[in-house]
Amino acid sequence: MPNEQLDYNLAHLEAEIVLLGGLVETAIFKSIRALRYRDLDLSRQVIAEDDRIDELETKIQNECVEQIRRQAPLAADLRRIVGMMFIANELERMGDYAEGIAKVSINMGHEAPLKELEDIPKMADLAVSMMKRSIDAMTTTNREDSARIALEIENDDDEVDRLYHKVQTDVLLLVEGDRERAVRATYLLWVAHNVERVADRSTNIAERAIFMSTGVIVSGNAEAQAAVLG
Amino acid sequence: MPEPIITFDDQDLVLEAEGMSVHYGATLAVEDVSIQIPRNAIVSLIGPSGCGKSTVLRCFNRMNELIPGARVSGSIKYQGVNVYDDDVDPTDIRFRIGMVFQRPNPFPKSIYDNVAFGPRVNGLTDDLDRVVEESLRRAALWDEVKDRLDDSGLGISGGQQQRLCIARALAVDPDVVLMDEPASALDPISTQAIEDLIRELSQEVTIIIVTHNMQQATRISDYAAVMMVAEDRVGHLIEYGTNEQVFGNPVDARTEAYVTGRIG
Repeated sequence: MPNEQLDYNLAHLEAEIVLLGGLVETAIFKSIRALRYRDLDLSRQVIAEDDRIDELETKIQNECVEQIRRQAPLAADLRRIVGMMFIANELERMGDYAEGIAKVSINMGHEAPLKELEDIPKMADLAVSMMKRSIDAMTTTNREDSARIALEIENDDDEVDRLYHKVQTDVLLLVEGDRERAVRATYLLWVAHNVERVADRSTNIAERAIFMSTGVIVSGNAEAQAAVLG
Repeated sequence: MPEPIITFDDQDLVLEAEGMSVHYGATLAVEDVSIQIPRNAIVSLIGPSGCGKSTVLRCFNRMNELIPGARVSGSIKYQGVNVYDDDVDPTDIRFRIGMVFQRPNPFPKSIYDNVAFGPRVNGLTDDLDRVVEESLRRAALWDEVKDRLDDSGLGISGGQQQRLCIARALAVDPDVVLMDEPASALDPISTQAIEDLIRELSQEVTIIIVTHNMQQATRISDYAAVMMVAEDRVGHLIEYGTNEQVFGNPVDARTEAYVTGRIG
């Protein structure tokens, strides 16, 4: 006897999370594009569109609470709902990072970045890819698959961290003793920081996806592997 | 991954069934149940209708003997003694291991006499007033009935009647109380009162409770035992573990399906 109503509602919630991920992806790419091409209108658009992300996140949270109230779910059902509430919150925060990048870009005005953007777009591509795969880890019903994806994401996070430190080093080398350049440097550091946070929160989602399929809360590679193999 | 059926190596076991099977006449009803009950635990017994939960519950205090044709094999030890041994008095066992049923079943006697019944059978005459008051207090009923102890036990509300039955069971100072869906016929407030009472009582007694209400089982029990029945197999135990395991992350896929409402 399947619990058809709950199954249907959980699938619907999952689809909304995927949609939320799509909005966040668009926001991050637009914010980087606006930064790169000094398109302040596009930056303002990212800020305005963050409301949609916030609204969808609130809608998902409310629907999750409603399912808990109506169905009093247990075991895997309960983990899925609690996991989705957590993931929706992480995605909403990623939207805020896109908004943060857009605000930095507006503060820069029409001034060019201190140095040409190379590593930051690379970081953003990787972070967005991590975010999308973390949602794949959530939607897959196969626990080995979700753990494998989670491990890949953890590894990619190391690469994002490496690029982040490279941006920090490169930018700081350019500003020694130069106050005006130091201000411009902080802009890029802020952007890089925001992107790094997106990547980091993607690892949170992947870890939560493992919790949803296995019931084990993990943090870090070794534990993720042990949770699945053990 | 934890074992599907928990065992308690170093703990004080109040009850232990080993390879317990039950026949009703020629029909096998429950097969090969082995389960350990640690002292002062609250254990819920869950599973779909017809899986043998109540049958297993009734084995622990030889209640099945009252059903014609019922036969129990395997062993059930209470404090290390097989309760089915020839020299064990079933009445004595039923005082040590009391029982509360789905529908409250007070005797058609006064509230006082209902509670005093067991102690009187045991030959207690001097201290009855104190035992009755204490038992009613432990069952959280004293304040509601103290001024009408001579009224009929059938004249109070269903929730009060059920607490009266619990007081009656407690009056002989049992080690274990078996409860067969004790709150299923009660309204939410009486249910809450019974659940609070169960938690309170577990300080002193061990409680095994059959329930169809998953949320109730998650709320009150320390451990949950899951029974299952299939086309090719009569009632048997499939999983027994902590609440956290059974309702949070079950080992057996059939447990998962049952607690999430997908079978049963």
